Amino acid sequence: MSMIEAPPERLESRLAEAKPLYGPGEARAEAERCLFCADAPCVEACPTEIDVPGFIRQIASGDTLGAARTIFQQNILGYSCARVCPVEVLCVGSCVYNPWHKPPIQIGRLQRFATESSLDAEAAGGARVMRPRAPSGTRRSVALLGAGPASLACAAYLALEGHRAVIFEKRALPGGLNTTGVAPYKIHTEDSLREVEYVRSLGVEVRCGVEVGVDVTPESLLKDYDAVFLGLGLGVDSKLAIEGEDGPGVWGATALIEEIKNTPGFKLPDARRALIVGGGNTAIDVARELAQLGVPEVAMVYRRGAADMSGYAHEMDLARRDGVTLQTGCTPTAVVRGGDGRVEGLRVQRREGGVEVLPADLIVLAIGQQKLRALAAAFEGVSLDARGCVSVEADSRRTGNPRVYAGGDCINGGKEVVNAVADGREAARAMLRAWPAGA
Amino acid sequence: MADLSIDMCGIKSPNPFWLASAPPANTGDQVMRAFDAGWGGAVWKTLGNPIVNVSSRFGGVDFAGRRVMGFNNIELITDRPLAVNLREIAEVKKRYPHHAVIVSLMVETKDEWREIIKRSEDTGCDGLELNFGCPHGMCERGMGSAVGQEPKVLTEITSWVKEYARTPVLVKLTPNVGDILEPGYAALEGNCDGLSLINTIKSIVGVDLERGVPLPRVGGGSTNGGYCGPAVKPIALHMIAQLARDPRTSRLPISGIGGVSNWRDAAEFIALGSTSVQVCTAVMHHGFRIVEDMIQGLSNFLDERGLTLDQFRGSAVPAYKEWGELDLNYQVVASINPDLCIGCQKCVAACQDGAHQCIFTGPADRPRPPHAHAEGMAKAPVPQVIGALAGDRVPWIDEPECVGCNLCALVCPVEGCITMVEVPNDRGVDTWQDRVNSGRDRVPGGIFE
Repeated sequence: MSMIEAPPERLESRLAEAKPLYGPGEARAEAERCLFCADAPCVEACPTEIDVPGFIRQIASGDTLGAARTIFQQNILGYSCARVCPVEVLCVGSCVYNPWHKPPIQIGRLQRFATESSLDAEAAGGARVMRPRAPSGTRRSVALLGAGPASLACAAYLALEGHRAVIFEKRALPGGLNTTGVAPYKIHTEDSLREVEYVRSLGVEVRCGVEVGVDVTPESLLKDYDAVFLGLGLGVDSKLAIEGEDGPGVWGATALIEEIKNTPGFKLPDARRALIVGGGNTAIDVARELAQLGVPEVAMVYRRGAADMSGYAHEMDLARRDGVTLQTGCTPTAVVRGGDGRVEGLRVQRREGGVEVLPADLIVLAIGQQKLRALAAAFEGVSLDARGCVSVEADSRRTGNPRVYAGGDCINGGKEVVNAVADGREAARAMLRAWPAGA
Repeated sequence: MADLSIDMCGIKSPNPFWLASAPPANTGDQVMRAFDAGWGGAVWKTLGNPIVNVSSRFGGVDFAGRRVMGFNNIELITDRPLAVNLREIAEVKKRYPHHAVIVSLMVETKDEWREIIKRSEDTGCDGLELNFGCPHGMCERGMGSAVGQEPKVLTEITSWVKEYARTPVLVKLTPNVGDILEPGYAALEGNCDGLSLINTIKSIVGVDLERGVPLPRVGGGSTNGGYCGPAVKPIALHMIAQLARDPRTSRLPISGIGGVSNWRDAAEFIALGSTSVQVCTAVMHHGFRIVEDMIQGLSNFLDERGLTLDQFRGSAVPAYKEWGELDLNYQVVASINPDLCIGCQKCVAACQDGAHQCIFTGPADRPRPPHAHAEGMAKAPVPQVIGALAGDRVPWIDEPECVGCNLCALVCPVEGCITMVEVPNDRGVDTWQDRVNSGRDRVPGGIFE
């Protein structure tokens, strides 16, 4: 099994991690601050319900491997979630230290310490953190579409039970948003790929550069596999449908971030003023990345008020520290281009009245992504809801086709990696329940 | 500023804070710097016949992220030439005539005792402390705790010393005995002038699990050492109180030792009868300047209460009673302040798993365990308790079932959140002794229904 290597000379490599790995002493000191709450709120706040006080106590007692196992049992992608989770609004945000006005336990950093240390030790020839069950005569096989967190988690839990899991990924690089989209100061591509390698080491097969619907048909997957999991994610960046937005100087946010993270030798357009359209976390991410990469002026443009933004307040605070400014109450009406076609600004309608052209030479649209409706609907029995998301049963994540399951952004319209992991895990558990025991 | 000076069986000191006989009192340089920092006295690192120490001598026990809750050592008495120590002691005494300098001694034969006492007292020292406590290394040679654990030997050697000594003699006791009164009586019988306790407790401080060797590791092995530091304070307080309340030993002044780190610790030792207190581990951990807090804190404490040190000394001894003298009708129950509660529910786990199953959560009445004393369901408070910080995560107490054990208040991380509230009653005082004396209870000795 050959390693899937990260491409060389990626622009993201210039951005350092914001929360580096704890040393053992630092981890133990932080772990020993944990009160070990009963019925702990941090567990409830975690979409994968990791036994947070349990693994922290294991770190405190020096059983790092045990801590990693506690995490992986509930969240097999605990290594990336430790870095990419918005812990400020999940586990850390629910820590009982917060109302007490004491610094909450740094759960994400402790989780990173446990998982990364244990994977390092395993790679150096130490104990295997998770041991897959040996395949039995009743081994099932599952095809998974998209190599993002939902499919990786589902496949990993199936592989741990001795089943065959094959992931089909149309891109050259697996990992989904962890590879293509999450801000570099949280995780770099090589670390996302490292996690994919770990999932592969559990027995999961990952086929990159294979697009379902083009290279392989949905019908053949349903024929050749016992079940199918749709971890499709989302499609291309949505557009504003305004005058002048097509052409150079206007980027979709996820497309630009993917270039920054994955494309060898990619250089930013030579911009002095960047405008980011949108108020979500992707908008904040791309704004921060551009500011950190040296674009002198970066402003976010949002049509409603700051309180209406879907981006997290703590992320917006960090963006402001990076120098990002925020224009609220501005609805874009046209991209203004000069005679040579170059972007000169963004015309906006002010909420309080008046039209204005905000000067810019780079415009990034972060207003959401398209749904991959056609691919999902190509599976017989799979239906979409009004938003274009794949409809599933709440617990099992099963679609209208009893052999087709789905999870991640394609069922929720775009949430966190940890939500996708929960979906993948629950789908795997539902499949295991659906298959007659020992048969 | 309260007068903190003391006169302990003739040994005068500007305050009750002395360096214990240990590494901080190993050299003249250290002792003089300690006196400059504010220490009132020092018991010199034990003098005796030359020894050779091992390398790797100390071990520590950490607790909840803090270092050195407990400390252990396998170091022996001084490894410096006797003449050098004596010269430095004389110099210190000359430069600091008003500070207390006590020389700790440990030798074997009567002739050796006579010789070392004379040479020690020739330095001008204020007193002698007999090291009958060291529980490692020296006891294998028939000294230290080997003496402290044999009352007859202890009495005999103390008598020898008193035969020769011109300065006050303190006997330092080992806690490695079943009943501290036995060596206390033995020291009294030997006619000593005062007691110092506790010396260190025999211990193995830990095990290096990688190598399979106890700690501290000396090459491929280790040995039992002497345990001290904050962890041993409760043991020291008990032994001091035993001696302080005993009609025979109570006339001996006590130099209290064992885990003293600040003025509050020192005040507790003094409240239970100590005249001076000796400190080692806290100085080894934090340096000499901790004495600043000890002096100011004790002085402020006494001033606030309008007490002199003499009035305060021993003030808690009368309240140290036998169990059978405690009032069985005194009752407290736990009370949770919902506005301080952070919702960690450690009290719930502690009470349910480790105590008497009388703390619950949630808005509904809860079934009591089958062994409960009270009838029916545990009644949830109406309206439901909503805390300022923890919302509906605030637990509630089933008061009729609460035995007042204190556990919840002890594990609660928020100061003042759980308090134990006295429940007044009109039943009057009733002790187990009262019950035995009036035929309502029995002396143990069988199984009674």
